[in-house]
Formats: sequence, structure tokens, C-alpha cells
Amino acid sequence: MPLVENGQIVEDRYVYVGEEQPIPDRVPVIVSAKRFLENADALIRRDGSLGVAWPNDRRIAELAPWLGHLALIALQFPKFRDGRAYSQARLLRESYGFGGTLRATGDVLRDQFQFLVRAGFNSFEVKKPADAGVFAEAARRYSVFYQPSADGSVPAQRRRVPRDASDPPSAGGAK
Amino acid sequence: MYVYDAFDRKLLAERVAEFRDQVGRRLSGELTEEEFKPLRLMNGVYLQLHAYMLRIAIPYGTLSTLQLRKLAHVARKYDRGYGHFTTRQNIQFHWIKLAELPDAMGELASVGMHGMQTSGNNVRNITTDQWAGVAPDEIEDPRVWAEVIRQHVTLHPEFSFMPRKFKIALGASSHDRAALRIHDLALGLHRNEAGETGFEVMVGGGLGRTPYLALTIKPFLHTRDVLSYVEAVLRTYNQFGRRDNIWKARIKILVHDLGAEAFAKEVETEWRSIKDGALALDRAVVSEIAGRFRYPAYEKLDDSPSELAQARRDDRNFDAWMQDCVTNHKVPGYAIVTLSLKPEGGTPGDATAAQMDDIANLADCYSFGEIRVGHEQNLVLPHVAQRDLPALWRALDAIGLALPNVGFVTDIISCPGLDYCSLANARSIPIAQEITRRFRDLDMQRALGRLHINISGCINACGHHHVGHIGILGVEKNGEEFYQITLGGKADENATLGALIGPAVPFAQVADVVEDIAAAYLELRQRPDELFIDTLKRTGIEPFQERVYAAR
Repeated sequence: MPLVENGQIVEDRYVYVGEEQPIPDRVPVIVSAKRFLENADALIRRDGSLGVAWPNDRRIAELAPWLGHLALIALQFPKFRDGRAYSQARLLRESYGFGGTLRATGDVLRDQFQFLVRAGFNSFEVKKPADAGVFAEAARRYSVFYQPSADGSVPAQRRRVPRDASDPPSAGGAK
Repeated sequence: MYVYDAFDRKLLAERVAEFRDQVGRRLSGELTEEEFKPLRLMNGVYLQLHAYMLRIAIPYGTLSTLQLRKLAHVARKYDRGYGHFTTRQNIQFHWIKLAELPDAMGELASVGMHGMQTSGNNVRNITTDQWAGVAPDEIEDPRVWAEVIRQHVTLHPEFSFMPRKFKIALGASSHDRAALRIHDLALGLHRNEAGETGFEVMVGGGLGRTPYLALTIKPFLHTRDVLSYVEAVLRTYNQFGRRDNIWKARIKILVHDLGAEAFAKEVETEWRSIKDGALALDRAVVSEIAGRFRYPAYEKLDDSPSELAQARRDDRNFDAWMQDCVTNHKVPGYAIVTLSLKPEGGTPGDATAAQMDDIANLADCYSFGEIRVGHEQNLVLPHVAQRDLPALWRALDAIGLALPNVGFVTDIISCPGLDYCSLANARSIPIAQEITRRFRDLDMQRALGRLHINISGCINACGHHHVGHIGILGVEKNGEEFYQITLGGKADENATLGALIGPAVPFAQVADVVEDIAAAYLELRQRPDELFIDTLKRTGIEPFQERVYAAR
């Protein structure tokens, strides 16, 4: 399953560590939410980047106290039709100010790339290799957006009516 | 009319390009039907019994003549020469070919129309009063707010894969013509004691297998906060709505399981954290959108010109049409005219391409080029000068669109049913057609007065049978079509769910039952002006039950 970051297929630096497996030092790891919450204090003092795989039916608020220590959060799409992780992603980015890597995992398909980017994801475990190959193109199908979101793109309404002089309408886009 | 600008047009063009790519991948086999299904659904494309069906949104029910002519063209070129107006201010074409869909969508996009989010688990077409902007009892034009919200939820990155579909309706009048309480989210614009305008927020309404009326979770929401509040409702639903069972996935189940108070608290907490952020509406943004609604340059005219009174005296049929199809307009000298799409033996809500073209021509002559679509599946010419009414009536009468049955027993709301729909258990259209034949006598219809019949061909309730004065629901029993009858439903400001009167009856007996109910009403009413629904309220359903089941 190819990993895409910055529009490119990249090598995954992270290692998923199973429930019973020992956690290696100085290697970026992703652990389950359960394992993380049981050992959070020890894990955040460990040497090496730490990621948590967070299920989509658990409140993101539970993770809030540790966000500053996490390099990556992997959110889950068990089916691409199950869109709970979009809300989790926006909450992490916009309400909790999480600045680390937000990874989309599971049923991650081409026709959702732009939604994912807009919701604040910046790392993608893409299910089909053919989709990963066209990521950059598929993730910018739309150049006009009607709503502000976690990607910071300026919505149409703000381009029509700037909030103030420091936020001028973009010249590009809708021609 | 809302006039699209370069941003709106660009987004639509990008949407058509995306869909063309998706259809191409489906036709080449790169996408499986399972993968393609949610993508086509997000563009209003269903696979029905005989063909693909394309559902096109008519946001807040407003159409220009340019758009109506384009719908006629699409009906002719890509379909079988007609279209079906639905109960949610959409139009459906039932005979579309998959390979031709992108071209049809491209043509519609050229006049600012699309099928975006007319299906799928996202925010559907936002509906409102078909008399918005012209109703005398309105506080302000609710379409401006519908458009503000429409834009916000279009291709929303967070809310395109919710547990289920999400229907929003808006109203701004004391009289509810948008069936607010049967929606997932309803916003009722009103004034508070300080004279400010704001919304009453109602959530958790919906029909289907588990019918509920929406509950008020915020009596007054300032208009500046409408987007942040809608966002908070959707975010709460997206995270906590059930996804394990399609029949329990609508927001109504979440609201009723949690309790309205607990649900409101959850929303309130989320809303408080975002209300002063990017979604707070400033006046300039709302004015910009309001400014792109075009209103007619009305003439200064007096109400009730003398030639109108003379014409009514001269022609009984014209007078009947005036009484039934013509309503007061907020501007003196003008009127709102309803065009019945419910002819005897017809399919409720169907219009042929020729009728659409004719209506467009009349709207250009007499209604400043504007047409409305209402949830009752009729069309409206919203800005007709009263002095033009006799001429308009003659023109409509000549093309069979001056039928004075609006609000009467043959003005039936119906889903397409088993004649088209793959979800249906039973036929709806032939039931409607038979009832229109039984009650073809207009004097009889007038004697019965206001009486709404709603027919659904399955429990999904697209024909809103729960809120019909007489509701008819098709079910299947051992491979045969049976119909449950409910009485006393209402979709207005006093919304009520109808009560089941007894065992379901077979297809062949449904029209008989309706006749029995009508006869019982005529005997039971205390005065000729006691409406069916009022008699029913006074007597309860028992005398009607007795009448219907005594001989069965």
C-alpha cells in the first residue's frame, strides 16, 4: 500500500508496532490508541517519533493532553463511506491546533483525496497503487471552494468580499 | 433569481469534468459498481428498475425560463420527452443512459444547474417556501439564507460521507409552506422581542420507517451564527450518528436516542468553540449574496383592477381558477399563480418538454421570466400582474395547465413508486390516477374542499404519506400490493403525523376507501366550511374507520 506525502509516493519512516511487540528505540513508531493511553507517560519520554492510530469512534478530546508530544496521528476510514475521521481531522487541526502529521488510513481512494487534504490530512496510505500515482492531480480537481477548512484555502465568499484590507481577494482561480 | 458568478460557474465546470472522468473509469471497468455508486449518487444518479435516473436540484425551488427551457431540452434529447418534479424541489429524468450523463450534466451546468448532492449521504438540496420573496406574510426572503447555506455545504470536505442523507428546509413566514418539521434540520426565520431576526432551529424530523417531527433545540439563533451552528449540528451528527444500521442512521434517531436536550448540549458546546471563527457571517458577505438575487422591476399598480372583476363575472371557469390557483402577492397589483401538474389520469408532478417550453414562454410574458417549484409537485408563476390574469388563464387553459384543483382531493402528492423505483414495494402512480378519475367532477372536489392525499410506494415515504390528510402507503404482502391508510397528517406549522386506520387494503380497493372517507366526511361535517382535517380533529378517526371497514 503506497504512502503519499507532499504529492509524492514516499517510503514510510514509521513502523506499526503490534499490541504485544516490543517498541524499538530511535525508530518512528505508530502504536494503537489503547496501548498509547495505557503507557502514555512512558511513551512520550521515549527517544524517537511517536504516532498513534486513533479509531474513528473514540472522541478526539481524549487525546488532547498529549498532542504536543505526538508526531503523527493515523485516523481511520474502515470504509470510505464512513466519514467520521474527517471531523476528527478538522477538530485536531482547527480546534486543538495539532501541527504534526495527520495520516489517512484504510479505504483511502482517489475520489476522496481532495476532501482529505481539505480536512487537514497530509499523509495518505493509498489503497490502490494506480490512485497513488495520480495523487497530485486528483487532489487539486477543484480550485473553487465554498467553505473555509483546515487546508487554509480561501473560500469563494472571502474572495468575493475580503474580510479586511489585510486579506485581499486572490487574483487567480475563477476566470 | 440568484445569478451565478465566475466562482459558481468554475466550480460547476470542475464538477462536470470530475464526473466525466468517473464515468469514464466506470465504463472502462477501472471502478467497480460498488466504488462508482457513491460517486454517481453524489451527482444525483440512481440506478432504478429500468435505467439510470438523474435528479437535478432546483435550489429553493426557483427556476429561470432559460433553465426551464434547458430542462425541456434535456428531457427531449436525453430522456423520453418528460421530467418529474419531486417533493423536494428537484426534477428527475428517469430514462438516462450512463454514457450520455456527462453531456447532459454539461448542458445543465451551462445554465447553472446540477445534480450535486441530490443523493448520497451529504447535505441535500435545501428547500424553502415556493412563494419565497413574494409571500405577503414573509419576514424576509428565506432564499438568501438558503443560498448562504447551500454554498457552505456544497462539496463540504467534512460532511460528504455522513451516516445518511441530510435534508435542510427554511421558512420565513408564519404559515409554513416548506414542511419544516419533517426535515433533518429546519430553520424558521422570525423576529424576537427586540425586533432582531433569527432562526428557530429544529432537528430530527423525518418520515420513513420511524417518523418523527423535528424538535426545537434553539428557539432563537442570530442570523450571523447560522453557518457555525449548522456546522456544529453536522459535526455532532457526523461523529455520533449511527452507522451500523441504515434504518437507524438518520439524525432523528440520534436526537431521539440522546434526547433533544442532550443533543442540543453537545451541539452547543461545539458551536461555542467555533462561533466566533471564520464562519461568523458579516453583513458584507450576506449582502453580497443577497445582491445577486434579482428581483423584478414591478410596475406601480393597484390591487383588483376593475377588468378583473368583470372577467370573473363573465366566466365561471375563470372565476373558479382565480379562487383556487391565484394568491395574494406582497406587491400591490400582482398575484402568485399556481399551475397544477395533477391532471385527471396523469402522473403527479410530471411535465412534458412541450409543457416546460410553453410555461417558459408564459413566464417570459407574464412573470418576469421566473418559475417556482413547490413540494406539492406543482409549478408557480410568482409575479403576475393582476390585469394580465385573464390572458394568462386563457393561455394556460389552452395547454391544459389551468386546472383549478390546487389543494383539492386530486392535487395528490406521490412518489414514482414501483413503476420506476427499485426501492418501492408497490405502485403509487396508478393509485393517484384512479383517484383523480373517481373525483374528476370539479364541483365535487370543491364541495370536499381542502383535502391533501399523499402516496408513497414504500416505507421510505418520498410521497410524505405520514403528513397527508389521507396518507396511502404501499406495502407488499405475499407478493401482492397492499396499502395502509392513515388519516390526519399535516405538514404545515401544526405538523402532525397521521394515524393508521386499520388493516391494509388491496390495490383494487384503495380508491373505494378514499371515496368512503370522503363520503363519511360529507356526512360528518357540521358546516360546509368545516374542512376535512377539522372534522377529523373533532370526531377522531373512529367514524371513518367504521365507514371504511364496515363493508370490508
